[in-house]
Amino acid sequence: MAQDAAQGVTGRGFGRPPGAIPGWVGYALLPLLNLIAALALSGLVILVIGENPLDVLALLVTEAVGYPEAIGYTLYYTTSYIFTGLAVAVAFHCGLFNIGGEGQAYLGGLGAGLVGLALTGWPWPVAALGAVALSALFGAAWGAVPGWLQARRGSHIVITTIMFNFIAAAIMTYLLVDVLIRPGSQSPETREFDPGVWLPTMDRALGWVGVAIPASPLNLSFLWALACCALFYLFLWRTRWGYEIRTVGRNERAAVYAGISPARNIILAMAISGALAGFVGVNEIMGVQHRILLNFTGGVGFVGIAVALMGRNHPVGIILAALLFGVLAQGGGQVSFEYPTVNRELVMVIQGLVILFAGALENLFKPRVEALFRRRSEGRGGGHDGGAAHG
Amino acid sequence: MKVPMPRQPPALETRGVNKWFGANHANRDVSLAVPKGTIHGVIGENGAGKSTIMSIVYGYLPADGGTILVDGRPVAVRSPRDALVAGIGMVHQHFMLVDPFTVLENVLLGAEGGVTLAAGMARARVELTRLARDYGLEVDLDRPVGELPVGAQQRVEILKALYRGADLLILDEPTGVLTPQETDHLFRILRALRGQGKTVVIITHKLREIMELTDNVTVMRRGQVVANVATADTSREELAELMVGRKVLLRVEKAPATPGPAVLEVSGLRVRDGAGVERVKGVGLTVRAGEIVGIAGVSGNGQSELLEALAGMRPLAGGSVRLRGEELTDRPDRFTARGLRALGVGHVPEDRQRVGLVTSFEAQECAILGHQGDPAFNGRLLMDRHALFDRCAAEMDAYDVRPRDPRLPAANFSGGNQQKIVLAREMERNPDLLLVGQPTRGVDIGAIEFIHRRLVALRDQGKAILLVSVELDEIRALSDRILVMFDGRLVGEAAPDEADERRLGLMMAGVAGAA
Repeated sequence: MAQDAAQGVTGRGFGRPPGAIPGWVGYALLPLLNLIAALALSGLVILVIGENPLDVLALLVTEAVGYPEAIGYTLYYTTSYIFTGLAVAVAFHCGLFNIGGEGQAYLGGLGAGLVGLALTGWPWPVAALGAVALSALFGAAWGAVPGWLQARRGSHIVITTIMFNFIAAAIMTYLLVDVLIRPGSQSPETREFDPGVWLPTMDRALGWVGVAIPASPLNLSFLWALACCALFYLFLWRTRWGYEIRTVGRNERAAVYAGISPARNIILAMAISGALAGFVGVNEIMGVQHRILLNFTGGVGFVGIAVALMGRNHPVGIILAALLFGVLAQGGGQVSFEYPTVNRELVMVIQGLVILFAGALENLFKPRVEALFRRRSEGRGGGHDGGAAHG
Repeated sequence: MKVPMPRQPPALETRGVNKWFGANHANRDVSLAVPKGTIHGVIGENGAGKSTIMSIVYGYLPADGGTILVDGRPVAVRSPRDALVAGIGMVHQHFMLVDPFTVLENVLLGAEGGVTLAAGMARARVELTRLARDYGLEVDLDRPVGELPVGAQQRVEILKALYRGADLLILDEPTGVLTPQETDHLFRILRALRGQGKTVVIITHKLREIMELTDNVTVMRRGQVVANVATADTSREELAELMVGRKVLLRVEKAPATPGPAVLEVSGLRVRDGAGVERVKGVGLTVRAGEIVGIAGVSGNGQSELLEALAGMRPLAGGSVRLRGEELTDRPDRFTARGLRALGVGHVPEDRQRVGLVTSFEAQECAILGHQGDPAFNGRLLMDRHALFDRCAAEMDAYDVRPRDPRLPAANFSGGNQQKIVLAREMERNPDLLLVGQPTRGVDIGAIEFIHRRLVALRDQGKAILLVSVELDEIRALSDRILVMFDGRLVGEAAPDEADERRLGLMMAGVAGAA
């Protein structure tokens, strides 16, 4: 309560007074500072194990963006991170913390894979459309059920979405071991799809228009991810349905006042969230693996949380944050090949530090940087009154 | 150079205190002195900086310059703990008490004075009994705080400060939640404190209280001290003018009402709150076209639930509601927030920041809250941002909202301008019935005048208005009929001219047979 009173006075609880801190500080400078801090600490860790941090960093960047093939790999990772980042963000805008991106992506992969298995002999655009639709449907269902439990039964979304990750994993194991497994195989995965329904890789697609790039797993779902970013923006900020979701997320009582049903919008937002996460299945299953297999998601749902946090739940920010994590995934993987001491686990430490600084410690530098800018604006003089301060 | 010094240095003095919030100069060279053993008022509109300077004194906020002196000695107050050491105590507008704990436990919290509680408890009990006797601060030490009425909870806060050795007590808007009788009781306590040599600083926007209680008053406007005067040498009108910076009309000019047919007829209405407790216990009332019916009552006696239920925000537990003669309760599809809006019911909710607005939204988005599905703002898929902008800009012009920027987040408007955004939204749709809760809470005087005139103008257009307010002055100024609510029931009715404050106060306190 003491804090409330103080905030009421400063107006911090009610947003910034007009013109105080330039917008780019929040959107660009602070995330950059957080990233630098994370890299500095990672450097220390690498120093401790006896390698040169600058060399490692240089290698990481080169292996991620230094040559065309590397860029293809980086963007392939980025694609999945955009989907899960958007998934987490749309739930955030409704005031929900969806930790179930992993399970929703897993089930989305099942949806995409069933299309791939069923449509042998069909043209790939039909399979692509079908995969998009069914992965969205499966992901949406896997998101909407926890949404329904939250809206109608008050079961906390964080708990239920975590649980649904485990349920998804169990279902997929059962299906792959007992039902969908390729007959006569020991390995729990389906048969490979008919190559005709594979989602074309970017090098193949660009080859049709005469542009040659090296082969990589990057496929057409990257374009779909960018399209989803645009649709995400239009939906949330330019339609009445997005307006209602944001109202519920920002102020549930105002939503009730406005005749907006929080329950309906919670379920809707979770369904959309699940559908977006489900598109990971299009990228992974239809674009790269061409069969359903165990654990193809590999943690993308969780990285999506960091992507959404770092990207401030805005599609542009999410693209940038997804790129960063794509670089870390691709470059980090290569570093662990080159430096035996910098193994996969250590790369995960670096990723973890970025997540820690970008997410959990998001506001670490905020007060100091804001004070700096306040002192600058003080120098300019001239105060606005009647701003946000409430006596 | 020798400066003639008063015999005693002031209990509290600030010299040239400055405070910035971003580009907002919230305190500009604030210098004031509170003589020892006096009651000192600090008055000003919202955003004038009166709470800011007191938060600096109490150590919540660091000053960007200036000196604070207690009893003539400069002190560095970096936290409330430092303030307590310097003998400064503060009673906040919102109490900081642990509801399930007893009064004794609450007072002891943070001042236990030992590993085990028993010894400290015994000491505290003796000391509190003495304090209660000396200052008329009687409360049952062994009752859980949550069971106490608001006035008694406030006394617990004062006890907390005194128990910690406060010689200077700062009270922030202390009467907002009190009945007139509780306010009188508080004032008696404060006078008793003054009598014992304590110093009291009271932050308020109520001119009447300043005139009644204080010895000296500091008036603030736009972050600056504009006057330090002895209360005896000033008047309400002069103080109001100092606060606002221009002459203000303290009374609402209005012609007698000419009520038409009944617009809203309610009978036997019962409403439960979220916890299932019945908060409205059989209320019946009628509001006619062209009249303002005011519901007076101490906050928390069911008015809020009544208003929200009539606006379709809460389910009814029983009773009937008729709008223009049409029964609504057997039409559950229409008796919703959305349905009632379509039937011409406007609602200005009591809490504009938590209910009436989404403060992080742009003003133009807030201007369609509740009307987001209106075809005027929607294409087949996308919203028409131009229509939104134009609508909001027009409303801002008509209601003199400043700054006139539909793209600015609602949070960046002052309380009065936020309220104007809500009022414009609800009134410009020409409702037949307007439900209004606390229309001027936290709104500065200039805006109060404007809002009151608008409400009376709407009444004069033949619209029905149901007004809920805990400000008795407001109820009396605006209403054509006054209903008093206590414990979920309407306990009395009065015409505003015959309703003297004492009688209303007794009804609000639930004293039966108030005459």
